[in-house]
Amino acid sequence: MTTTERPSRFDPPASPVAEPFWEATKERRLLVQWCLDCDKAVFYPREICPGCFGANLEWREASGKGTLYTFTVNHLSPSPTGIDGPFAVALVELAEGARMMTNVVGVPVDDLTVGMALQVTWDELPDGRHYPMFEPAGGSS
Amino acid sequence: MGDVGIRGASAIVGVADDASPTGQLEIGGRELEAAMIEQALTDAGLTIADVDGVCHTGSSMGLAEYLGVHPRFTESTNTGGSSFEVHVEHAAAAIAAGIADVVVSVYASTPRGDRARGGGMGGPGRRPMMMGGPNPQAEWEMPSGIRMPMGAYAMAATRHMAEYGTTPEQLAQIAVSTRQWATMNPKARYQDPITIDDVLASPMQSSPLHLLDCCLVTDGAGAFVMTSAERAKSLPKPPAYVLGVGTCHDHAMISQMPDLATTAGTISGPAAFGMAGIKPSDVDLLMGYDSFTITALLHLEDLGFCKKGEGGPFTEDGKLGPGGSLPMNTNGGGLSYTHPGMYGMFLLVEAVKQLRGECGERQLTDPNIAVAHGSGGVLSCMSTVVLGTEATLS
Repeated sequence: MTTTERPSRFDPPASPVAEPFWEATKERRLLVQWCLDCDKAVFYPREICPGCFGANLEWREASGKGTLYTFTVNHLSPSPTGIDGPFAVALVELAEGARMMTNVVGVPVDDLTVGMALQVTWDELPDGRHYPMFEPAGGSS
Repeated sequence: MGDVGIRGASAIVGVADDASPTGQLEIGGRELEAAMIEQALTDAGLTIADVDGVCHTGSSMGLAEYLGVHPRFTESTNTGGSSFEVHVEHAAAAIAAGIADVVVSVYASTPRGDRARGGGMGGPGRRPMMMGGPNPQAEWEMPSGIRMPMGAYAMAATRHMAEYGTTPEQLAQIAVSTRQWATMNPKARYQDPITIDDVLASPMQSSPLHLLDCCLVTDGAGAFVMTSAERAKSLPKPPAYVLGVGTCHDHAMISQMPDLATTAGTISGPAAFGMAGIKPSDVDLLMGYDSFTITALLHLEDLGFCKKGEGGPFTEDGKLGPGGSLPMNTNGGGLSYTHPGMYGMFLLVEAVKQLRGECGERQLTDPNIAVAHGSGGVLSCMSTVVLGTEATLS
């Protein structure tokens, strides 16, 4: 059975507010913002908390664990480097509560299931940063 | 909700739209917009000299300058596909408040013609637009390789299937019923009937959505004219009165949507229905934005035509097609008629034509209440407009 791969991707731009996030990926560490007033994770990174409009935010290291909220499998890619696939684009709910768009790799296509347990894995980018992807908890099958 | 007297205070009195079975129109840009406005004004029995309000999703200043209109009501709201429902809402409020008397809104988009002429922005090697430096979508969504917009809707469909057991066959039924309507629209891009098997056998685009679960990419254009209920009475065509309006958006990017199986239609729909004083069972025609089959299914649930999660079984008996109990998208929809990018204009045009009895072979029997429900962005901005014939005013 075909297993999901990484797509070819362009390098994500790095906004100033997200610099700590991207810097940490150089060491394969996953950070999320935390609103100290709401006691909730905030993602994507921003200057204010979308829950309370406050600015009482700090960076925390995430566990790297999550569950598959939803996904789509692509057999064609808009990537400049040609045809990829199949690859899974997913929304992963981090154990900390935030939701992230990413890829789920190393899973036979038919085994992808909403709710499955995942863990972070890293895709190296040309500039030394890493792109956070996810694989089944316990490693790829 | 504070009703400042919008219900029945204004009406859509002129409409026009254009599309072609070839998918391509001969002209584009302002020339096409002006042609649509002219046709809609003629349809309304009005002239450009009557217009004192202008709506456009790009620049109402640019359009008004081209037309030579100096409007006192100006509206450039762009919420993607639902923009034109929002224009109706704002124009209805402006007319009710005496800020404007005759308002036009227009849309023209010719992606196929543009491509044929060597323009456009599609094609391999394209990168997400980076207007003004990094934007959240370029940083946090596009590097995943997601195909936009269909990937967003595909993830909504996956979630709906996981939560409620919705099947690919049930989604396909929406495409089948919509195509049945398109067989009766001579302007529709596709007019041959299809089956559920045809939908399921069409190439998978972004799972679980097949090619025939996805809307077209075609040239198309349209316009509408609104005025006060009082003035509408003196015009040649039966007015389509604005009975209720409501809008809500709860995200811009799909990764920020609170619940991928529930849209902000749960807010806009009841707001519009409440203002109109109607229930879903009163609706004779639903023009529900169908960028994808899942889009239309979510509207059925979120506007209250069936319970949450029951949209799949609801479609199965073909009730959305000809002869069914809830006619939906009688022009053939974005799935089979036309979809130039922001389809909401065509919802309004068809709703008005049905209420007037101008739809020929596909005409419903004496409809009195039609709902145009637009969806813009990626299930982001929902805007609901309830229209009614004179019989609904009392």
